[in-house]
Amino acid sequence: MRVPLSWLAEYVELVPGTTPEDVHAALVKVGLEEEDVHTFDLEGPIVVGEVLEFVEEPQSNGKTIRWCQVRVAPEGQTAADGGEAVHGIVCGARNFFVGDKVVVTLPGAVLPGPFPIAARKTYGHVSDGMIASARELGLGEDHDGILRLSTLGVDAPVGTDAIALLGLDDAAIEINVTPDRGYAFSIRGVAREYAHATGARFRDPVEQSAPAPVPTGPGSAAVFSVVIDDAAPIRGKVGSAVFATRIVRDVDAARPTPAWMIARLKLAGIRSISVLVDITNYVMLELGQPIHGYDLDQLRGGIVVRRATAGEKFTTLDGKERTLHVEDLVVTDDRGPIGLGGVMGGAETEMGDETRNVLVEAANWDPVSIARTARRHKLPSEAAKRYERGVDPEIAAAAVSRVAQLMVDLAGGTADAGGSLISTAPAREAIFLPEGFVSSIIGVEYTEDEVHDALAEIGGAITAVDGGFSVVPPAWRPDLTGREELSEEVARLIGYDRIPSVLPVAPPGRGLTRSQRLRRRTADTLAAAGSTEVLSFPFVSEADNAVFGSADGAPVVSVRIANALDQTVPFLRRSLVPGLIGAARRNLSRGLTDLDLFEIGTVFLPEPGRTYGSLELPVGNEKPSDEVLAALDAGIPPQPRHLGALIVGDVVAKQPRQPAVAAGIADALDVVRQVELATGARIDISQGSHQAMHPGRTAELRVDGTLVGYAGELLPALAADADLPRVVAVVELDLDAVIALTEPTVEAQTIDTMPAATQDLSLIVPVEVAAAEAAAAIREGAGELLEHVALVDDYRGQGVPAGAKSLTFALRFRADDRTLTAAEASEAKLAGAALANDRFGATIRE
Amino acid sequence: MSEPREITESAVQAAVDAALAAIASAGDSAALKQVRTEHTGDKSALALLNAELRNVPNEQKAALGKLVGGARGRVNQAFAAREAEIVEAEAAAQLAAETVDVTALASRYRPGSRHPLSLLQDRVCDVFTGMGWEIAEGPEVESEWFNFDALNFDADHPARAMQDTFFVDPPESHLVLRTHTSPVQIRSMLERELPLYVLAPGRVYRTDEFDATHLPVFMQFEGVAVDKGLTMAHLRGTLDHFVKSIFGDEAKIRLRPSFFPFTEPSAELDFWHPTFKGGARWIEWGGCGMMHPNVLKAAGIDPEVYTGFAFGMGIERGLMLRNDVQDMREMVEGDIRFSQQFGMVV
Repeated sequence: MRVPLSWLAEYVELVPGTTPEDVHAALVKVGLEEEDVHTFDLEGPIVVGEVLEFVEEPQSNGKTIRWCQVRVAPEGQTAADGGEAVHGIVCGARNFFVGDKVVVTLPGAVLPGPFPIAARKTYGHVSDGMIASARELGLGEDHDGILRLSTLGVDAPVGTDAIALLGLDDAAIEINVTPDRGYAFSIRGVAREYAHATGARFRDPVEQSAPAPVPTGPGSAAVFSVVIDDAAPIRGKVGSAVFATRIVRDVDAARPTPAWMIARLKLAGIRSISVLVDITNYVMLELGQPIHGYDLDQLRGGIVVRRATAGEKFTTLDGKERTLHVEDLVVTDDRGPIGLGGVMGGAETEMGDETRNVLVEAANWDPVSIARTARRHKLPSEAAKRYERGVDPEIAAAAVSRVAQLMVDLAGGTADAGGSLISTAPAREAIFLPEGFVSSIIGVEYTEDEVHDALAEIGGAITAVDGGFSVVPPAWRPDLTGREELSEEVARLIGYDRIPSVLPVAPPGRGLTRSQRLRRRTADTLAAAGSTEVLSFPFVSEADNAVFGSADGAPVVSVRIANALDQTVPFLRRSLVPGLIGAARRNLSRGLTDLDLFEIGTVFLPEPGRTYGSLELPVGNEKPSDEVLAALDAGIPPQPRHLGALIVGDVVAKQPRQPAVAAGIADALDVVRQVELATGARIDISQGSHQAMHPGRTAELRVDGTLVGYAGELLPALAADADLPRVVAVVELDLDAVIALTEPTVEAQTIDTMPAATQDLSLIVPVEVAAAEAAAAIREGAGELLEHVALVDDYRGQGVPAGAKSLTFALRFRADDRTLTAAEASEAKLAGAALANDRFGATIRE
Repeated sequence: MSEPREITESAVQAAVDAALAAIASAGDSAALKQVRTEHTGDKSALALLNAELRNVPNEQKAALGKLVGGARGRVNQAFAAREAEIVEAEAAAQLAAETVDVTALASRYRPGSRHPLSLLQDRVCDVFTGMGWEIAEGPEVESEWFNFDALNFDADHPARAMQDTFFVDPPESHLVLRTHTSPVQIRSMLERELPLYVLAPGRVYRTDEFDATHLPVFMQFEGVAVDKGLTMAHLRGTLDHFVKSIFGDEAKIRLRPSFFPFTEPSAELDFWHPTFKGGARWIEWGGCGMMHPNVLKAAGIDPEVYTGFAFGMGIERGLMLRNDVQDMREMVEGDIRFSQQFGMVV
């Protein structure tokens, strides 16, 4: 909401010299947040001038300019810029006549832009200033020619300061109005709040909009017929509980809107259209009551307000034909809809240049109905914005009278004596505010007088009752529905600064959960081991999920965003890898080539054949049954936290006496080992496959037999698609699953202190046999004496048959009760070799 | 030197002199070893003279034995002294030869780093767990009931439309990307015992454009406390303690009246930032208030018995204010230089 200060000052006392910043500072204390300050951004000298004469001079570029002599100061006086009383000015416009009063920006003036005015040589003359258009002054969009003051109905002596004359010295504050405070979308509401904040005297514009003939009810001959026929109220509330009309006859629609009104509307963010439309907008801004004006002569019969019929069509003022919904409220006459109630009027009955007689309407529409209609038709109009938040139901009659009076004053009309008023708005119910309640939730010991006075100040009707107060909130505050709302009013009027600072003591907590601890430790461990954490957006394409979200290429289902910002990535990720690829690509494009990235984040894994969500939601404000809550939870797709990592480039850079070490699958597997360290998990690695990964360089990761992820190298073709180098090591695992599948407590083994015996064992095995299988056979065959096995060599070539390889293991044996002899160790080793021989024909390489 | 010689003082002295001269001239441990063989070995002059002692008459044995023994002692002493000198010189020479340029060594360590948003989130969690609060989490794809209805957002209230919500397709499924961490309030109240003091950090989503001060995906933390007798003073006390923990002892809280459907009374919270670049000032950082009785009721809690407060702040904004990050986009682009300037410390 933008509030011109001159307008505000009409209804609340502003101490002379009050700046926009002062007003902001006052309003923020009562909860109206500062947004901006708007001014016309003009600097003088800008004065009224009179065109004394001009010569038209055709130019070589096809234009014709006027070389004008303009009087800018009374004869014999110095002009405001210190120059002659008559200035020679070149003007490109040709819409004026000798003798016209115009606005002259003299050298030294500054127009918005900033656009400083100086005497300058142009078209063969020295132009000593500029004759301004309405647009140049910020008064309107009209740039067809210069502004002739007579078109505004303004006359003033030559030399008068045009900035003050036209109201261009005003400034507006802009405040953010929270959705509960619909009344603050009006000068009336903001003035009242300013009074609350400062104690300044407030004058209610509703009460002073005299003369306001009380509209008479239906039945009077002069009264326009209005029928409210709501066959389907939403939530039991009739669509239009208040409907007031006045008729103004014989208006002159072509009269100029006064400059002060144009200036105020402009500062408030509304463009001047015509005097009749401007008046309706002006009163809406002033009172917060949206107004609709009909060209009375275009109406056919009386008005009936009803719900639209299914498929009914209506063309709104903006020229769009809309198909209506049965919940939409329409204002109709004999021909059908002429307005989308509370949201937007129709073109056929619109006030225009030819309008002679006007029917003024001020209604009160049901907020819920308006909210739905505005959303349904994407019409967030100024009227709808106010109705959605609640308009004072008691000011409709005053509002139509105010409009009528302005149309009489500014457009020369005659208002009919009476009008119509239908009001079925129910009386506000009183709220019981128990004694001490406000203090009990604010934590400030307010006296009962303080509570009473604060509520009285906001306009409540307060009665002392047994045990507290009975409070009827003011009509303009539909948001005050309970004792908590009243408590906020007391607290904010007295000031939130009064609230003390008291630290509550929570019961003893148990710190982070195991999962929280281990996730944090995993991230710390990876970072300590050289990986850099990134946080990617979870938005991906369908192809991303199809390729990275499925190991075997089986079709996957994904969560799709109905209103994605970027239509190329409307899905939620099933894998962290696309995000890591995106981050890697961005780094590479910035010249950073050695990357080790990781992310811990949510993936979204809906299962095929399942429907998620809930068609019906429980109502708020009461606890649903356990069954309903369970159904809500069951409707939410699984969203486990994954860990992803991507390594590309060199893991060890080339340095003095240190060749570079390039990243590869080994680095991906090291990430897995870091996860084991951080979580205590035992993650088994076996040869595997994933459609997005190198067929020969992929490991499956398992905890206790459950598949938890993959590690390896990206399929080179996918790396190429992403402009990445050929070798890209990647890992992705389900971190939640790893943690859940792992024993939370480590069971310690006794550390044996007898001397160890170490021996090497080289086995010739078929190349297909995995080293881990060979190691497992040795471990199993050698039995308890074997303490440690490490693969130290994998040799193929001379001395080893084709199709076979020689794997050398370093073995460490130890007994817990004696020093092992070499013979005992050899016996165990041979037992291991024997089992390997049984399993896959391994032979010992001597 | 095979022929026997007579043990005379001059012969002994000559052998000693020769040995000492040789020891003194030995330049390194190899030369010294050679000297040792020549002057103290079995075939050395002193050894031969010593052997001759067998042949001298008994009455001369003591005197001559003392003469030869003393001579051998002097030589061995000189040898040991020289050996110590040489060992020390050679050790020093080796150390000198091993000198490297400590600024030109190969490193096999790679610098990694946590993301500063995660670090700040961890830090915030630690402040609250230190007060006995627990950390709660909830799903990012969330039912509208948890995200809105249970939080007293009426289906037709403008506040609901103002949340710039991402809807899951089809919209009739009533699933959204949570617009705030507040649904975790409801989940916590449904799942946990009272009294309840929990902090819920996490990712949230709004259909905001992506620019220097807006992200469509960002991180919030939501605090919620439900207990008997809680007031806005306790809310203020909690927030005061929190901002002092993060921004220093001079930080403090200011509350301004505001509106949120799920709190009443509601407040915007500003905090005094004592070390803000460009001067200490009040800075807006989130919303808070006393839990609306309808929210307590939605979780089956009797508002006549319990009151609660809640607050919510954005981590990104916290990082911008605390660490002077100028552009929010840097937080999500994944440029390693951004995270690496923080390392493991925010």
